[in-house]
Amino acid sequence: MTVALFFIFGALTLGAALGVVLARNPVHSALFLVLTLVSVAVLFLLQDAQLVAAVQIIVYAGAIVVLFLFVIMLLGVDRPEQRTEPLRFQRPIALGLGAIVLAEILFLAGHRWATGAKTVHGVGLTGGHFGSNIERVARVLFTDFLWPFQITAVLLVIAVVGSVVLARRSGERPDPVPQDGGIP
Amino acid sequence: MIGAFTITSSYYLVLAAALFGIGAVGLLVRRNVLVMFMCVELMLNAVNLTFVAFAKALNDAAGQVLVFFTLVVAAAEVAVGLAIIVAIFRRRRAATADDLRSLEG
Repeated sequence: MTVALFFIFGALTLGAALGVVLARNPVHSALFLVLTLVSVAVLFLLQDAQLVAAVQIIVYAGAIVVLFLFVIMLLGVDRPEQRTEPLRFQRPIALGLGAIVLAEILFLAGHRWATGAKTVHGVGLTGGHFGSNIERVARVLFTDFLWPFQITAVLLVIAVVGSVVLARRSGERPDPVPQDGGIP
Repeated sequence: MIGAFTITSSYYLVLAAALFGIGAVGLLVRRNVLVMFMCVELMLNAVNLTFVAFAKALNDAAGQVLVFFTLVVAAAEVAVGLAIIVAIFRRRRAATADDLRSLEG
């Protein structure tokens, strides 16, 4: 069962990823991206990562791809792009570089990794006296990774402020900020 | 089903490598900036798959926690990147990488 699911959804992942790259219409690329993300979520489920799979569906397929589609429709760039090649030899060089990257990673994947050392009080995925997958992930996230977790909040605030500033129409100003508010 | 044939984590690593390669080639080949962003998402997903495969192989939940940080960075990157694309499109009326040859507005 697991073997069949792996091969079915592995093939679906790679096929849909090729669809993202090869589709001429950006909307079709976004829909192929949804298929890729859902297939990868199934692969997460096969590896005891239930919470990650759910978050993958909710955040990626539910929010990020919708954001992509929203921008595609907002900008009206859902026209197929032309096949002419402005830069000479770009595609052969790109394919060659991609093949080199793939060969490198496969070389690494086929060898023995220099890992295996776990944290002293590491929480395993199975066994132990912990409960579900959510409890295990939460226990690690809020103890060992608490500081990165809080830094993440800063990152998200910066991203929100940055995108608001960037996407605001530069011609018209909103209501003037009072100058004594500390903002020059 | 096929007797003793099981899926080890090497299968997932090879699959993630292929996904990463497809994303990298797409990033280099495509000219539409939105599709280039989607290819970046493909590469990030390949990395997530690698993290989960190692979490399973080493039996350590820290690998799955790292996936969440990758997700957060991907979301922030998409938000800022799409805002940049919208800002560029307002000025140039085009959204391909070839139109971005100069930094001046």
